[in-house]
Amino acid sequence: MTPATSLITAEQVSKTFPLSAGGEQTVLETVSLTVAPGEVVALLGRSGSGKSTLLRILAGLITPSTGSVTRHGVALRGPNPDVAMVFQSFALLPWLTVQENAELGLTARGVPKEFAEKEAMHALQMVGLEGFEGAYPKELSGGMRQRVGFARAFVMKPDVLMMDEPFSALDVLTAENLRGEISDLWEKGSFPSRSILLVTHNIEEAILLADRIVILGTNPGRIRGEVRVDIARPRDKNGVRFRALVDHVYTVMTNPEAVVEEVPAATAKPRKRFPMLPHARSGGISGLLEIIHDRGGREDLPRLANDLQLEIDDLLPAIDASALLGFASVAEGDVIITDIGKEFATTGVHRSHEIFKEQVLSRVPLTAIVVRMIEQKRDGRIGKEFLLDILDEHFSNEEAEKQFQTLIDWGRYAQLFEYDADEERLYSAEPEEDASERDPAPKA
Amino acid sequence: MGLRGEPESRRAFSAADLAVGLGTLLLLYVAARVGSESFVRFSPPDVIPTISLDPRNLPNYAARSTLRMFIALALSTIFTFVYGYAAARSRRAEKVLVPLLDILQSVPVLGFLSVTVTLFIAMFRGSLLGLEAASIFAIFTGQAWNMTFSFYQSLRTVPHELNEMATLYGLSKWERFTRLELPSSLIGLVWNGMMSFGGGWFFLAASESISVLNRQYTLPGLGSYVASAIAARDLHAVGWAIVTMVVLVLLIDQLFWKPLVTIADRYKLELSAGEERRFWVVDLWRAASLPALFERMLGPSLHAVDRLLSHATRIEPQAERRVRSKAADRAFDVVVAISVLMMLAAAVRFVLASVGLAEVGHAALLGLATGARVVALLVFSTIVWTPIGVAIGFHPKLARLSQPLVQIFASFPANFLFPFATLVFIRFGIHLNWGSILLMALGAQWYLLFNVIGGAQAVPNELREMATSIGLRGVRKWKFLIGPSIFGSWVTGAITASGGAWNASIVAEIVSWGNTTLKAAGLGAYIADATAIGDWPRIVLGVGIMSIFVVTLNHIVWKPLYRLAQTRFQLS
Repeated sequence: MTPATSLITAEQVSKTFPLSAGGEQTVLETVSLTVAPGEVVALLGRSGSGKSTLLRILAGLITPSTGSVTRHGVALRGPNPDVAMVFQSFALLPWLTVQENAELGLTARGVPKEFAEKEAMHALQMVGLEGFEGAYPKELSGGMRQRVGFARAFVMKPDVLMMDEPFSALDVLTAENLRGEISDLWEKGSFPSRSILLVTHNIEEAILLADRIVILGTNPGRIRGEVRVDIARPRDKNGVRFRALVDHVYTVMTNPEAVVEEVPAATAKPRKRFPMLPHARSGGISGLLEIIHDRGGREDLPRLANDLQLEIDDLLPAIDASALLGFASVAEGDVIITDIGKEFATTGVHRSHEIFKEQVLSRVPLTAIVVRMIEQKRDGRIGKEFLLDILDEHFSNEEAEKQFQTLIDWGRYAQLFEYDADEERLYSAEPEEDASERDPAPKA
Repeated sequence: MGLRGEPESRRAFSAADLAVGLGTLLLLYVAARVGSESFVRFSPPDVIPTISLDPRNLPNYAARSTLRMFIALALSTIFTFVYGYAAARSRRAEKVLVPLLDILQSVPVLGFLSVTVTLFIAMFRGSLLGLEAASIFAIFTGQAWNMTFSFYQSLRTVPHELNEMATLYGLSKWERFTRLELPSSLIGLVWNGMMSFGGGWFFLAASESISVLNRQYTLPGLGSYVASAIAARDLHAVGWAIVTMVVLVLLIDQLFWKPLVTIADRYKLELSAGEERRFWVVDLWRAASLPALFERMLGPSLHAVDRLLSHATRIEPQAERRVRSKAADRAFDVVVAISVLMMLAAAVRFVLASVGLAEVGHAALLGLATGARVVALLVFSTIVWTPIGVAIGFHPKLARLSQPLVQIFASFPANFLFPFATLVFIRFGIHLNWGSILLMALGAQWYLLFNVIGGAQAVPNELREMATSIGLRGVRKWKFLIGPSIFGSWVTGAITASGGAWNASIVAEIVSWGNTTLKAAGLGAYIADATAIGDWPRIVLGVGIMSIFVVTLNHIVWKPLYRLAQTRFQLS
């Protein structure tokens, strides 16, 4: 595709943010993407894949650290006038009426009042909000609020309509409903933009709406690949081809990450010395394993997510953690419980703590390091700050804190160490029987 | 942007219209008459206006004081917008403006009086306007910093997506300000304005009658009326002034602040539908058709102005953007640092050259004395008011009744009560070294009570039921439930109370009744003395030391406590 026929093009775009501990974190690494007229593109990735950052770079809200963005072949400077955006949290002004919110972008352009009013009315009709022109956003339900967000974007008649997880703040049924309506509008050919760029972490949503799905990987965010959705519209969510595609994308989304994290610390690349711990609590991991075990030890991920009424982002941390700890494996969109996982899920409380401890120690190098550090300290205590300083080298501040919290949770469950939140100190919590052989330091 | 109207009613003129119309006319008449009095009647500098203690003059004095308060409020608001906007919008300006604001907030306002009175009198030679301006400026300095800080914070905390929306949808600077930034900072601004306005009465009372450079300056108003009454030992006149003050505070609360708070309440950022706050003045205004008529008449021209301003501040899409240069940033930092150091050096040299190091030590010791008083005040207010505040807060009905009352106590200028306390001190031979603690507490304690009530109200009912059901009582209940849950509110109240107390020390450590003058050993009295005789080095030294005390305490005591409250004792 030549730049002239594309609406927006990003070439070799990277974005880094400085870390407060020094150094910088790469959010996006050499990403290239083109949005052509008439297509719906979905950016699919987990949290931390930089998909929202990429969207904002294409919208001209963020300038990339390196690389270039062009619109109609011309370099982009500042906010992109060819796009309108629908925001995750709606971004409505609570003190303006529905009508005034919808008009906002047009009036800013300086068009005559009557014209703006007419256009806004038309857009509000399209999203089914006739009769609500004079209402204030707080009088509306969540779904209706997002409809106002859509109307405000429609009014602009943009080249590219950008949607940043537009349905994720809505409850399941409302989201389903609105998603269907947007999809219908697009299929009817009367959609007020030429193309759509959708950011989502919901696989079904991507497959339902998009012509092609760009899958982003995490840490740093990069494009892992692209999946074409060659299903005729309107799409049937229960169609064979649809389900197959869902399974395929699930496999792509879950597998490589799990593989990366299963590599033992010794052979991993230096900067992967501390693989990212999925933010799953021990209770969540055992809960998930129990469910999988109850369902026969193997379960289709999409179905599991659907039955539990959870989004992929809610479920994946526990699955990743199970994989990381060797309790489960993921293949072809299915999660399969391992023998040790089965034992963990079914045994008594005491034994389950022991199993967890063995798995954590052998598979999460960081816990072994922490245990060794505690043993070697004379007073048997190490400060939170000390650990955070180490984690800060590898993660952003916020992420380091999350990693720390997860580590504490796992360590407590495995009875490897205890944490005093008041003093912000970790100390040994070894069961009495092994204290003699493994803890030479006198207890404080 | 006007009030967003309710569905327009087509009713004819009603009683509500009569009330609104008459009220507006009356207000305009009083403002015009009083304004012309204070600004047209020039007096030669040597003829100081005299105050008549006849209570019949009180309405006039009250009106003149009120006008000063509102002019100061208007100036504070303008200052707030300019300063707050600059600090929030420019990274470089922010580096200078925010720390400066932090210091300005801590500088004792009354210590400024001598400087400003001299300055303004020189500026408006031969008229009362100089004194008028100095008084207004004193009130301004008591209001502006708080409001500015609130506005700056609001600008910084506008939700990210709303900012992105404004950028992407091409809102002009004017539109961004009127549609996004002003509305989202309105609630904070109004509440802060209300609290600061209440505090302003104190400075008004202190600034209307002041002796600077061996001269007594008097400006007709409520504050100078009280000062004259004290000089004449006229207890009746003081009583009348207090009654007038109470009426005034109540009137302004009902006619100005309550309506504003009610209106601001519509500018909540959360989308949750809650019950709308109602208030009789606002209801009256909405019931009347006059305002709607005016809105219809002015609407088109307002719209035209809005469009014009929006067009003038339009942001051209895809325009060339200035690139921030890191080198220029660094150069800017260096210049700022050097200027600050040079100013500090100049001040230090000035003080040292004229009074010497021993005097600095002396002033610092006095600062410790005043500091000890502030601590004592906080301890006693806490012991007395925390249990009472909690008791009130735990009874919703009592809380609803008493909270506005406490708020009015807080805005009532404590210096009006000083004469009574002074009389008691004289009668019982209480030394002002101790008595001044009470005087400082007269104004400051209410902030503590006010906040503790609020904190106690916020304790979830379930937690209290839990405490009852597991038999938590007495000391243990305070230790595990009440103490931790009101800690945050207590810190907020204590910060305000201590700031107020430092400021009050300048008028509380030296008081008089007729010819009798009581004096305490403290930094406040030191500044007041230096101001009275126009001893510049000592004024600078005193104000400087007090600022250092306040800023240091803020950083080593209050900020950590506040952080602790935010992280450990947040009820969420």
